[in-house]
Amino acid sequence: MYKIVKAECLADKIYLMDVEAPRVARACQPGEFVIVKMDEAGERIPLTICDYDREKGLVTIVFQIVGASTERMAGLKEGDYFQDFVGPLGKPSEFVEDDLEEVKKRRYLFVAGGVGSAPVYPQVKWMKAHGVEVDVIEGSKTKDLLILEEELKAAAQNLYVTTDDGSYGRKGMVTEVIKDLVVNEGKKYDVCVAIGPMIMMKFVCKLTKELGLPTIVSLNPIMVDGTGMCGACRVSVGGQIKFACVDGPEFDGHQVDFDQAMKRQLMYKTEEGRAFLKLKEGNTHHGGCGNCGGEE
Amino acid sequence: MDVLKKIPVKEQEPKVRATNFKEVCLGYSQEEAQAEAARCINCKNAKCIQGCPVSINIPKFIEEVKNGEFEAAAGTIAESSALPAVCGRVCPQENQCEGKCIRGIKGEPISIGKLERFVADWSRENGIVPAKPENTNGIKVAVIGSGPAGLTCAGDLAKMGYVVTIFEALHEPGGVLTYGIPEFRLPKDGVVRPEIENVRKLGVIIETNVIVGKSITIDELMDEEGFKAVFIGSGAGLPKFMGIPGENANGVFSANEYLTRSNLMKAFRDDYDTPIFLGKKVAVIGGGNVAMDAARTALRLGAEVHIVYRRSEAELPARAEEIHHAKEEGIIFDLLTNPVEILTDDKDWVTGMVVRKMELGEPDASGRRRPVEVPGSDYTIDVDTVIMSLGTSPNPLISSTTEGLETNKWKCIVADESDGKTTKEGVYAGGDAVTGAATVILAMEAGRAGARGIDQFLRGNR
Repeated sequence: MYKIVKAECLADKIYLMDVEAPRVARACQPGEFVIVKMDEAGERIPLTICDYDREKGLVTIVFQIVGASTERMAGLKEGDYFQDFVGPLGKPSEFVEDDLEEVKKRRYLFVAGGVGSAPVYPQVKWMKAHGVEVDVIEGSKTKDLLILEEELKAAAQNLYVTTDDGSYGRKGMVTEVIKDLVVNEGKKYDVCVAIGPMIMMKFVCKLTKELGLPTIVSLNPIMVDGTGMCGACRVSVGGQIKFACVDGPEFDGHQVDFDQAMKRQLMYKTEEGRAFLKLKEGNTHHGGCGNCGGEE
Repeated sequence: MDVLKKIPVKEQEPKVRATNFKEVCLGYSQEEAQAEAARCINCKNAKCIQGCPVSINIPKFIEEVKNGEFEAAAGTIAESSALPAVCGRVCPQENQCEGKCIRGIKGEPISIGKLERFVADWSRENGIVPAKPENTNGIKVAVIGSGPAGLTCAGDLAKMGYVVTIFEALHEPGGVLTYGIPEFRLPKDGVVRPEIENVRKLGVIIETNVIVGKSITIDELMDEEGFKAVFIGSGAGLPKFMGIPGENANGVFSANEYLTRSNLMKAFRDDYDTPIFLGKKVAVIGGGNVAMDAARTALRLGAEVHIVYRRSEAELPARAEEIHHAKEEGIIFDLLTNPVEILTDDKDWVTGMVVRKMELGEPDASGRRRPVEVPGSDYTIDVDTVIMSLGTSPNPLISSTTEGLETNKWKCIVADESDGKTTKEGVYAGGDAVTGAATVILAMEAGRAGARGIDQFLRGNR
C-alpha cells in the first residue's frame, strides 16, 4: 500500500498527489512514468512523474479526470492509500544519459500543453539543477486550467505562457509562440521537447519539421501492464512498431504516426464513457444517452 | 469396471460452460479418485516418474490415494512439487507422466494429472498446509519473478533455510498462472492464490510492484540490499506481432493483452474497472495453448471465434485436451490459412482480414511440415477483432541492465541447464527467461535446479 501524503486540486479536474513510494522515488528519472491502481477493482493507469523527493521517498503525480477511474481517483484524500504504485517505467529522457557537456552546448525549448506541464516540469528542473538554461512555453485552454506556472518559472530561463482564449499571458496556441520565438525573434534552438495532448504534439511536430527543429514528444497511448508484455501501447515510429512503455514514452516526434496513435487512443472511448456514466448515474442512463446501446 | 479405461472425470456441459468463466473440469470425487488409483499396477521400475520433469514419486502417492491416505499422498507430492493443484491441471501429461504409463500401451494410462489435482484440492479443502522450516540460516536470496519457476525456486530455498524475497513486477504474483491461463482452466481465487499462499507460508516474502531493471537493479540488490544470490525467473512475456499491414488497427490485440485484461484485471466482470473489447466475430491467429485460451475467452465474452492457423490439425501445438474442449464449445478452426492483411474502416477499426490458403511442404528443421503459400488463393473473412497469438520472447529489461549477464541471439539468458548458473557470479536463471516460451512444469523443474545451484554456490562460499 502506498500512502498519499498530499492531495491537492490544482485546477478544474486536475489533481496533484504526493505518494510514498521509496523504491520509485530512489530510482526515477525525468521522462519516466508510473502505473497506479487504486484498489482491487481498479484499472492500471499510467501517469507521468511530475516530481520526486528521494530522501523523503515521495513521488508526485498529476492527473486529469478523463473517465470513471480518474474520477474515482480524484476522490482520494491525504492519508488514503493506493493499492498499487509501480515504477519507474519507460526510458528516461535522452539528455539524462547524454554527456552533460554536450547537453550544455544545446539550446532546449520545452513546450508544455495542459496537463503536459506535469511531465515537462521534472525535465526543466533537472536542467536547472545541472546548470542548463532552457526556454519553456506553457500553453493552456484558459487561465483557470494553468498549472505549475510558478514552478516552471523558477526552473526556466524564460517562461512564455499562452492561453487559447487569451485570458492570461499571450493569446493563442503554443505553435504560434514557437513561430514567434524562432521566426520573429530569431531565437535558435537545437532541440524541442513537446509534451501535451496528442493533437498538440502533432501540430508542434508539423511546425518544427518545417523549421528544421528536431523534436522529442512523450506519447500517452493506452497501456495495461507498462512493462512490455502486451503491446497495448504500440505506436508506429518511423514505420516500425514500438511499445511506448519500454521503447519510449519519448520518441522522435517527426517519426511518429500521430493519426494512428490518436485513433488508437479512442479504442475504449465507448467503454470509458459507459463506465463513467455508470458511476455518475447508476443504471438510470441506459436507454437515455443514445450511445450505449441501452442494454437491459 | 474396465481396467483398461480411465475413470471419466466430470466436466461442465459445453453449452453451459461456453457462457461462463467457471472451471470446465470438475475433478474427481474421493470414490472416483480411489477407483482410478486402483488401476495403477505399481510398477517397480516406474516409467511415469521418468516422464515427470520434477520426478514426483507417482506410484507411491497413487498407492496412498488408493488406501484413502490423502494427507500422506499430499506429503509425497510436496517432496517434489510446490504447485500440485496447478500442475495437475495444466501439465501436458500426455507427453509426460501419462505418456510413459505402462497401462497406456494396451489401454488408457492412469489419470495421473487428475489424481494429483484431487490430492492438492483435497489438501486445500482440508486445511493441510506445508510446514514452515524451523530455522533459517539468515542468508538472503532474491528471486525475480513469481511465476512457476520463481515460486518453485523460492519454495525450495526456503525449505533449505534461506531467507527468500520474490520481486514481482505486476501487482499480483503468479506470473502466467495469474495473467495468462484463464479462470476456466485454472481458477485464481480457488487454486492459484492458495497455492501461492502455501509458498508464503514457507516464509517466502513476495514484494509486488518491483520491476527489477527499473525499480532496482540486480547489482543494487546484491551490493546494497544484502542478497547473496539471485534467481531470475522473469519468463518470456514479450509478444510477437506478424508485421502485416493493419496490425496497429483498433481491434487487434496481442493474446497477452487480451488475456491480461480478462484474467489479471478481471475485465470480464462488471464490477471491475478495466474494459475489454467485445468483438462479434474474432479471429485468433496461432495454434498453441495461448491461442486456445484467448479463443475460449473471446467465446465466453459472446463472440463467434475462429482459430486461424497456417498448418494442419496434426501440427497444432496446443494440448489435445484443450483443442478438444475448444471444439466442443464451438470454436471454428480455419486451418492451412495465414493472414496477409488486416482491413480497416476510416476510423481505423478492423473490418476484415485477407487470408491466404496454405499447403504443407517438406518438413523443416523442427520436423514439422513447412506451410507453403497457394498462389492466387487470397480471400477475405469478416472479423471485427484479431488476436495475435504467435508466441513470446524474453523481455530484455533485466539482461540489458545487468552487466556481465550474457544472452543469446533470442535474448534468452544463457544459463546451465543442470544448475541454472549464468555468466554472472551468484546469479542463476531458469524457466522461459532461459528457454523461451515453454511449459509450467519445465519452468518448475528449472526453478528447482536453480535452487540446488544456488545452495551449492552459497555452501561453497561459507
